[in-house]
Amino acid sequence: MASTLRRLENRDGITLVTPVVLVVAAIIVVPIVWTVVLSFQDARYVDVARNGLFNELTLDNYTDVLTAPAFWQALLTTVEYSVATTVGSITVGLVAALAFRDRFRFRAPLRAVMLLPYVAPVVATTFVWQVALNPQYGVVNAFGTQVLGWEHPVNFLSSAPTALLTVIVYDIWRYFPFAFMFLGAALTGLSREIEEAAVVDGATPLQKFWFVVLPQLLPTVALLVLFRMVMSFNEFEDVYLLTGGAAGTQVASVRVFEQLTGSSDIGGASATAAVMAVFLGVALAIYLRLTAKQREA
Amino acid sequence: MSTVSTQASVLRVLRVVVIVALVVATVVPFLYMLSLSFVRIDDLLREPLRVLPALERITTETYAEVLRSEEDGGYGFARFMRNSAIVAVSASALTVALVVPASYAMTRLRFAGRTQVSWLFLAVYLFPTIIIAVPVFVGFQVLGLGSSLVGLVIAYIALTVPVSVHMLRNYLAGFPESIDEAAVIDGASRFQILTRITVPLALPTIMSTALYSFMIAWNEFLFALLFLSAKQDLWTVSLGLTRLADGQEVSKTVLMAGSVLLTVPIVILYGVAERALTEGLTAGADKG
Repeated sequence: MASTLRRLENRDGITLVTPVVLVVAAIIVVPIVWTVVLSFQDARYVDVARNGLFNELTLDNYTDVLTAPAFWQALLTTVEYSVATTVGSITVGLVAALAFRDRFRFRAPLRAVMLLPYVAPVVATTFVWQVALNPQYGVVNAFGTQVLGWEHPVNFLSSAPTALLTVIVYDIWRYFPFAFMFLGAALTGLSREIEEAAVVDGATPLQKFWFVVLPQLLPTVALLVLFRMVMSFNEFEDVYLLTGGAAGTQVASVRVFEQLTGSSDIGGASATAAVMAVFLGVALAIYLRLTAKQREA
Repeated sequence: MSTVSTQASVLRVLRVVVIVALVVATVVPFLYMLSLSFVRIDDLLREPLRVLPALERITTETYAEVLRSEEDGGYGFARFMRNSAIVAVSASALTVALVVPASYAMTRLRFAGRTQVSWLFLAVYLFPTIIIAVPVFVGFQVLGLGSSLVGLVIAYIALTVPVSVHMLRNYLAGFPESIDEAAVIDGASRFQILTRITVPLALPTIMSTALYSFMIAWNEFLFALLFLSAKQDLWTVSLGLTRLADGQEVSKTVLMAGSVLLTVPIVILYGVAERALTEGLTAGADKG
């Protein structure tokens, strides 16, 4: 009887999960495997159309990727970009969450408003930023030249190194609400008693933050760092829409896109993606190791 | 004591400064978007610093122009919006239909491969979407689904499933299994438990999951770019806006009206369900 029940449970569980697993497998897992296979082939679109996955195997793509200076440049850009946006968005999100911790008038509606950059369509917000930063008719340059006395309008999105900086600022703007949302939830969950005890013991507000509040937030911060790093490492839309990858903003995924659409070098693009995934995987493993204690806490 | 009070008063001031600065930084780009959408392009070119148009110069012609179909000399945003709505509504309905039973199984039932399934969903985030998008596109072409809204919907389901499962699982894990057990004793079948108990109890979270996947589908750009670039009559709003912005011929303020049309549905939905959505996404964050 018990074993029949267990068998039924097993069968029902598998039945209920199968549809989702099939969709995810077809759309995500198969393409990833395909990518890995293609990265070992010298394939263009025509070859894939003719032979499918059965082309000659080679390591050429990997030697090409690893010996191309442009790849290492893209990797460096990706790392700079991901670290800067991750640190920036979490720091701003933390400051925001602390500022919004205690009640004040209009707290709830203002908190809702602060999440707008995150929920709004990326195409619309990047477009607004492009227009606002445009050298001819953008409000930022008009303000800079007419009010602040800049000599020339700044090409925010089309000259290095401001382009990368601007993309980073945009992404901090877009993603700080995400950190704000999570850290806000974590702060609500904290018990106030420990903090009150610290105040009774004579802790200053900054000491209270540093020794009492922050340590309790670290698990959430660690999780956010992980999440944001992975997402920004693979970020494509924000960079592509703002600069198209020009002016020193070619991050890895934009490079992959250009290899695919520009030179239709499927093998090379797949190899680039695979190498990047390996880097990300190694970085993740190290990070998980280092923060294992924190996450258990 | 004096350190305590100095710090406290400095922080009190800083807090106000921070709140004002952040609210301004988040809101101003949206106000700029809204304001420019009512401006004639020559007015913008003449006076870029004039963010709020003079009352008598305000125009709604931008909206009329962007919404009109191409045959009538417009840019067809009305049709783009219909396409986006079809895609987003179907993706979100199908996501919910798939995710509810799966999340139920993953929180309530012990079955072979349960942990592996959780890991599978995480793998989604390890590779850039661009590399997933291309094989999917090629595969769909073979099946005749490339360059179609159906193909796009299927792709969007896969993109939203992992986070949706996470949201629902956290919620379902929060209420006691004894409810299910009581139902079993009363002779309820698995299907009855799912439809009569789990769904009604989890309805708020199901709604926020639906909203989340609607937003992802409505906002998405890369898959739409790869799938639909060649078929202008199937463009979504996001794709239409970027395609038109790439050229020089469409005036920026007309496209600003397009951006407003792209943003407003999301802001309305979000306004209705803000609380449910943030609670759904951050479920479990306080536990670390």
